[in-house]
Amino acid sequence: MSSPIPYLLSLITFLPLVGALIVMALAGDSPKKRAAFITTLVTFVVSLLLWVNWDNGQANMQFVEDLRWLPEFNLRYHMGVDGISLFLVLLTTFLMPIAIYFSNKYVTDSIGPYLALMLVLETAMIGAFIALDLVLFFVFFELTLIPMYFLIGRWGSGNRVYAAMKFFLYTFAGSAVMLVAILAVYFATGSFDITELPALAAKMSPTFQTWGFIAFALAFAIKIPLFPFHTWLPDAHVQAPTAGSIILAGVLLKLGTYGYLRFAAPIFPQAAAQFGPVIAILAIIGIIYGALVALVQKDVKSLVAYSSVAHLGYVMLGVVAMNPQGVSGSVLQMVNHGLSTGALFLMVGLLYERRHTRLLAEFGGLWKSVPIFCGFFLVVAMSSAGLPGLNGFVGEFTILIGMYKHEPVFAILAAIGVILAAWYLLTAFRKIAQGPITNPANEANRLSDLKFDEIAMLLPLVLLFFIIGLFPNLFLDKINPSVQALINQQPAIVMKVGR
Amino acid sequence: MQGFLNLAWLVPVPTFLAFAAIVLFANRNKTVSALIAIGGAVLSFLLSWPIAFSAFTADHFGQHPVEAQLFSIPTGTSDLWIGYQVDPANALMLFMSSFLLVMIFIYASGYMTFPAHLSPATYPIAAAQGKDPRYSRFMAYISLFATGMMGLVVSNSLLTFFIFWEIMGLCSYLLIGFWYEKKSAQAASIKAFMTTRVGDVFMLVGLMFLYIHSQSGNLLFSDILSAENLHHLATLSVTVPLINVTVPWVAPIAILIFFGTVGKSAQFPLHVWLPDAMEGPTPVSAMIHAATMVSAGVFLLVRMFPLFATAGEVAPGTMHFVAFIGAFTALFASTIAIAQWDIKRVLAYSTISQLGYMVAAIGIGAYVPALFHLITHAFFKALLFLGSGSVIHGVEHGLHHVHEHGHHDEPAPGGEHGGKEGHTPTEAAGHGHTGLVIHRKDGDLNLEDPQDMRNMGGLLSRMPRTGWTFIIGGLALSGFPLTAGFWSKDEILGNAWGGGNTLVFGALVISAFLTAFYTARQIGLTFLGKPRTEMAKHAPESVPSMTWPLILITPFALLLGFIGTPWGNWIEGFMEPYIEHLEFHALHVEFSFIPMLVSIVVAVGGLVAGYYVYGQGLAEGQVDPLRNWLGPLWLVFHNKYWIDEFYKGTVVAFSHWLSKVLYWFDDLWVIDPIVDGIGQLGVWLARLAAEFDRLVVDGLVNLAGWLSNRAGGILRNTQDGQVQVYLLLLVVSMTVWLLLKALPIFLKLV
Repeated sequence: MSSPIPYLLSLITFLPLVGALIVMALAGDSPKKRAAFITTLVTFVVSLLLWVNWDNGQANMQFVEDLRWLPEFNLRYHMGVDGISLFLVLLTTFLMPIAIYFSNKYVTDSIGPYLALMLVLETAMIGAFIALDLVLFFVFFELTLIPMYFLIGRWGSGNRVYAAMKFFLYTFAGSAVMLVAILAVYFATGSFDITELPALAAKMSPTFQTWGFIAFALAFAIKIPLFPFHTWLPDAHVQAPTAGSIILAGVLLKLGTYGYLRFAAPIFPQAAAQFGPVIAILAIIGIIYGALVALVQKDVKSLVAYSSVAHLGYVMLGVVAMNPQGVSGSVLQMVNHGLSTGALFLMVGLLYERRHTRLLAEFGGLWKSVPIFCGFFLVVAMSSAGLPGLNGFVGEFTILIGMYKHEPVFAILAAIGVILAAWYLLTAFRKIAQGPITNPANEANRLSDLKFDEIAMLLPLVLLFFIIGLFPNLFLDKINPSVQALINQQPAIVMKVGR
Repeated sequence: MQGFLNLAWLVPVPTFLAFAAIVLFANRNKTVSALIAIGGAVLSFLLSWPIAFSAFTADHFGQHPVEAQLFSIPTGTSDLWIGYQVDPANALMLFMSSFLLVMIFIYASGYMTFPAHLSPATYPIAAAQGKDPRYSRFMAYISLFATGMMGLVVSNSLLTFFIFWEIMGLCSYLLIGFWYEKKSAQAASIKAFMTTRVGDVFMLVGLMFLYIHSQSGNLLFSDILSAENLHHLATLSVTVPLINVTVPWVAPIAILIFFGTVGKSAQFPLHVWLPDAMEGPTPVSAMIHAATMVSAGVFLLVRMFPLFATAGEVAPGTMHFVAFIGAFTALFASTIAIAQWDIKRVLAYSTISQLGYMVAAIGIGAYVPALFHLITHAFFKALLFLGSGSVIHGVEHGLHHVHEHGHHDEPAPGGEHGGKEGHTPTEAAGHGHTGLVIHRKDGDLNLEDPQDMRNMGGLLSRMPRTGWTFIIGGLALSGFPLTAGFWSKDEILGNAWGGGNTLVFGALVISAFLTAFYTARQIGLTFLGKPRTEMAKHAPESVPSMTWPLILITPFALLLGFIGTPWGNWIEGFMEPYIEHLEFHALHVEFSFIPMLVSIVVAVGGLVAGYYVYGQGLAEGQVDPLRNWLGPLWLVFHNKYWIDEFYKGTVVAFSHWLSKVLYWFDDLWVIDPIVDGIGQLGVWLARLAAEFDRLVVDGLVNLAGWLSNRAGGILRNTQDGQVQVYLLLLVVSMTVWLLLKALPIFLKLV
């Protein structure tokens, strides 16, 4: 709780917004680019203060800020981080400089508004992860939609307007329902505060809980996205600019899983337990279905998008398990997915900027012409496939153990996804990197390998794969106490399926 | 010497550093890469042998194996440990793997010349050097591969074991697909990774069960294999879903972990990847088949043997299953091996078959013989693979020679190609194996395929070092009396006999006969008789960096068996204290001459039979006599029981079909159309609302407007500006108003 700077969380949240204003105020592209990049870097460095000053044994919220906002409605400006949100905040601030750097390098079309939108998006994302007041959360949660909508609709490719509209409307439809539920929760309990709400669950009738939970879960299921609410994702990813995809897959999707874990499950514990099996089954369908559909994609980006459906299925499984292994694994896996998929989109982006296509059929034999690129691509693919020693394995393994303790059949079914993940990733790798060069555009003299600064973008991600894969305790030590506390506030619930 | 034991954790480090150093610093310089890789392997060897020998020489070493932790990974409420251990089982593995790895690395440095399937025009620099364009990368991969193996060997927990196991899986994927320009290599690499991963997922589930149901809450071998924990697992029962049978937990765990071995050690039905793994460069085949990967699968069984033994006690079906898979694989693969033409493919099926021996040995409880055969097999199989690589290399050079000089009959001067790469690589490269394919009754033959034994013959005189070492390896494989393979195979057969496992014994004996037979066939076709092609005629002996490893491995293939003769069984004595230490029961049988005699008879019989048929090689164009004798059975064996085709037609095709259908379901038919449909519905509703708005709401407004307009029209007459009319109106309205106001008052008054 020892905050080195007062209002550290507000500072981290709103620094990017200030940056956005500066970017808009500045004239000329390069000052704008520099300002945006520096803003995200500074935000990242400041956010590291959270890590440095972290109280390891502490399960409760740290760096709390609690101010009255609208007292007549008991609305508070209440912010704080615990082990569950810490790494999501750090993931956001970590990915942003990479995304901005990439954009600075490759986006040419009205870069000023683009960067400003990216920075506003960062504020919204961080805010959503640290808000402890439902309305405050909702404001940030919704605020993420607007910049993303413009980023896809204005800077996207091909069918971008359709994709942006679909993204916006789909997510918005879910959150509209959630807003109603938030108000209903307030009228039932008199509180918007997530630190108080779990204790007030008794004030809600079972029917009320059920409907409230459905409303929350629907909003988050669309965001995650859980099967069958996922079809906005491939469109949004394929059309979004690279940095948009990195942030979308890396961070925005986690708002769904995080929201479920932080809000839906603790506020409506009884209903969450009731609906657990439904969500677990949807997650398992997502794992297998997403992987199989990924296998036949022709566009690399939609392949990665479908792989996200599969990966987030694992995260949801761990959350549904609601035991220490499951939830800790999920929190770590959210970070892992952010890093691995972020890196995958980054690599696809680097390739796209060189070849202006994302169709797998256009590639082949790149290992010869761009070996460094392919080497990185392989590591990233392996991280995504959950190779032991890299980050993905730790998350998947702990989730499977958690799920197994909860419901063995689900864990065993989910394990099938481990096989399929290797399949589609290796197939993609084969189509991109292996084989003879058939398209002359892929020859070494026409295609340049990664440059120093591009490697510098990838290297931090890859290093983290190894750090998490080999020393997961650095992270789990911080995650575990809060997860344990979250589980302890759940009433004793026994879920049994088909027994 | 005991102090060395605590350095065991260092064993995987040098090769890993070599890997990192090559990737980061030396990837441009091929010679330096090779030196770094070999240096790493040698360092690892120099650590391993002192460790192994201090274990060998320590008194009752098995009673006090070394184990220590390095650091831990907490998972939720419990810990998974990372550390190392040295015990008799892995001391033997260290002895074997580290030595063979050095040999293979040296061999590889000579073997990786410019490959024939590439065009020198594409790789001018590499072609000028005469080395594979990705030579450095190869050295890096095999270093990482070695790290995986050595790490696995010294692991003290099943979790780290699994991590290294998967690292090896990754490396095998990379190395099998090393020549990724070839479609077959790409396919083989993915097949290897996927097939082994199927086994790995079973194993992962087994690991999960083991982790959760063990008392210790970790996966340390010393904890999960303690007598106490095994007893716990044996008493804890579980009802298996679907079949509704209640068994002790230890049984499903053992079966699931066993599937890891089935995948990695290529046992039926997951054996399909191993023959295709031949697509990798030959040193890789030697690594995969001998020193590392497949051995790791059997080593897992050796490691986990106490668990299997316990499972066998409380649920005998478990061990019967293991024994059945092993014995069946041994027999099944050896029948395939007798009808293959590719020199490496024969060896591949032979490996599968020999691994079947070891698995069957575990299944019947013959713990020490399984480990013994694992060690001896690694030596002679490495020898055979490296030898076959040398043969292929030689025949390839012969082919280049033929292409260069045209087809002429006089033999080339002996020394021309000996010792050194005779051709400048620019000339040598560019000839893919695109020769004429002829259809023969005994299988299609590509006339320029340097791996097809029908294109060889009489190579012993051309390549004496390769030839003689290969023959010695072959004798060891056949179990020729006194060679390494004889003693270890005899131990397994003796245990099967003594343990009363007649079926296993029978299968293994038939398999032993077939093994000797196909080995003689292979030696006959390759080395004996007369050369059947020009390229065989002009095949030169390989470079010393390739032949020396062969020569150095040969003594082991010949003599290593003497550590386990029935009359002075050192290995038994070495392992015995360990078995006591871990308190499990391994099969002990009294020595009997019957299995030994049988073993000698089938080995010698098979060799003699093979020699009788193939001793003079085949004549040019002669159909394999076996083809005629076996009739349709030949087709079954030659086509490997069509299992690959079966998988391709079922599992793979189904998955692809399902993927496509699901994608259509997702994108074209159901899910996306629903979403779009809802969107369309929204638009349609909006249109409807717009129409409603236009027709009804706006219509009402318009109607009101129209009405007021009409009213206005009527009233307009009244507003024509005449003052008197206004006044009149004013008066009228005032009157009305007054009337209305006044009327009530008036009425009240009345």
